[in-house]
Amino acid sequence: MNYQPNERGYWGEYGGRFVPETLVSALDELTAAYFVARDDGDFRTELESLLKDYSGRPTPLFYAKRLSETLGGAKIYLKREDLNHTGAHKINNCIGQILLARRMGKKRVIAETGAGQHGVATATVCALFGLDCVVYMGTEDMRRQELNVFRMRLLGAEVREVDSGSKTLKDAINEALRDWVTNIDTTYYLLGSALGPHPYPLMVRDFQSVIGKEARQQILDMEGRLPDYLVACVGGGSNSIGLFHDFLPDESVKMIGVEAGGSGSKLGEHAARFIAGSGVGVLQGTKSYVLQDNDGQIASTHSISAGLDYASVGPEHAYLHDLRRVEYVSASDDEALEAFKQLSKTEGIIPALESSHAIAHLIKIAPEMPSDTILIANLSGRGDKDVNTVAGLMQRNQE
Amino acid sequence: MSRIREKFAQLKRDTAKGFIPFVTAGDPNLDISREIVLKLAELRASVIELGVPFSDPMADGPTIQLSSQRALLNGVNIRNIFDLVSDVRKKTEVPIVLFSYLNPLFQFGLEKLRDEAARIGIDGILITDVIDVEANEISDMLAEKSLDLISLIAPTTSDQRIEKISSLSKGFIYAVSRAGVTGARSVSSSAAESLVTRARKYTDLPIAVGFGISTQSQIEDVWRYADAAVVGSAIVSEIAKSNDSSQTVQTVEAFVTSLLPQVAKSST
Repeated sequence: MNYQPNERGYWGEYGGRFVPETLVSALDELTAAYFVARDDGDFRTELESLLKDYSGRPTPLFYAKRLSETLGGAKIYLKREDLNHTGAHKINNCIGQILLARRMGKKRVIAETGAGQHGVATATVCALFGLDCVVYMGTEDMRRQELNVFRMRLLGAEVREVDSGSKTLKDAINEALRDWVTNIDTTYYLLGSALGPHPYPLMVRDFQSVIGKEARQQILDMEGRLPDYLVACVGGGSNSIGLFHDFLPDESVKMIGVEAGGSGSKLGEHAARFIAGSGVGVLQGTKSYVLQDNDGQIASTHSISAGLDYASVGPEHAYLHDLRRVEYVSASDDEALEAFKQLSKTEGIIPALESSHAIAHLIKIAPEMPSDTILIANLSGRGDKDVNTVAGLMQRNQE
Repeated sequence: MSRIREKFAQLKRDTAKGFIPFVTAGDPNLDISREIVLKLAELRASVIELGVPFSDPMADGPTIQLSSQRALLNGVNIRNIFDLVSDVRKKTEVPIVLFSYLNPLFQFGLEKLRDEAARIGIDGILITDVIDVEANEISDMLAEKSLDLISLIAPTTSDQRIEKISSLSKGFIYAVSRAGVTGARSVSSSAAESLVTRARKYTDLPIAVGFGISTQSQIEDVWRYADAAVVGSAIVSEIAKSNDSSQTVQTVEAFVTSLLPQVAKSST
């Protein structure tokens, strides 16, 4: 099992390229440029040097001693992606893709964003290289991630509001695709998660797999063996696939992806594609699990965290789900909020609401595990961006 | 001979060019939508493209996005669209092509869709977001019941791809006039003419040009170098403008009549 997609970007029956004809030449060009860059020593050297000197990699693997002791079970390690420049794992992919955009001679970069972390990371690398940057963001997400909107503008990006559909990540991707199809000659689409048409799920996965590569070496150095469990939240699925990828061949390492359980189990109340799902479909260029009604119309989703609030999931996750290589579970809004507070108090680390879903699940499972169990959770981002949202919720819960 | 081939053959005999209107099925509602389709047939539409509404129309501009939303608010689904076409078929033989994104068709079941579509007299299906191997598979499957999968080509399509796509195409080829989403644009695009010229090297199939065509002079321009002009958003925005739904059909009729060049009106 090599966990690589075929030449048309399929993992099993998932993935592929479901796009309007106008985009095909650009996707072919991107695929070719990526495969050349991937094997090019100069590209790798430049990528590694920026990851180190600009983003601050490697990020630490931190033994969360107080949390482990409080929960009274497994030894919990946190992969500190929140300590990256810009505060989340998203920058790993942005550095890789911006180098590719420059090699391809593109001067204008567009992106979509949900929680705003990918938008901020894109705006950041565009500022670094002096490229024009337009970020599409749903108005609902702009409201709940106001701080990130301000950061993007400060970084010189234009944030375009998307007021269609559910006004969240899905709708931002639609608008970014419409922009790309219109400005295809000049524009690089810097997609932020392991989804969309081939080669994005593969390319984003590759750029994020630095997370798992580092974690593997770090846990071997610290514990002298591989972990028993990996836990990460799954929206589109880039931080989780980034952590999981390097460990996939290691059968002893169990993996858990945590989806947004939202406020309930009815369609529209959550973003749990695998847990309370409605089957396979095609959305935004790829075939995967999709939340939809009986007529194939895409359902609205809900999560406390904008970054997990998406109706589909990266195709490689769909494949790993069917293989049962990764177990997918969900954590509710309330559980994520509790985890957000608990990690802040016990470790002095304020996690992003997205990452809080992973923490929420380990709070459930760690106490049941023997004390020699090693668990690594991906702390994909920091929670500063969520402080306003959480303050509002805590106030409302008190009233 | 299929209705689509028969229609284009007839146009050729008459040395006339085709007019292909697009409307979203169920906008503003199913009843009026049916009357609009019948009116378009009466106004000598060569083929009618009937849009299947989808929640996430990534290749469409605002006009058709809003049109899809209106239809979806009415709860329109494929079964309703089949009923609409069945009614229409009692009165006209105009070729009808469903214009859709893949997911609603996929959820309905592609083989079931093919069988029902063939039974009620749909002539072809155009799927915006299906290309290459998947398109070929669907095309072969549809062909078993004499349904045409209409292929798209775009100014960004390479000659090599045009050759491959046109060798597998059925019915007619839909040439996208410019890179971009659907929607009216005032400027005519020379990209479309050079695309059609390139495609002519590889195919004898009729070529229709669409995206951004909203005026009579644009239609005349397309007719100079292609076989048919597709008009979508311009008609859909007339439907949207018509506040009083009892007037919608007349509004569309007046607009389409004003749009069509004289030569079409006298060609049949």
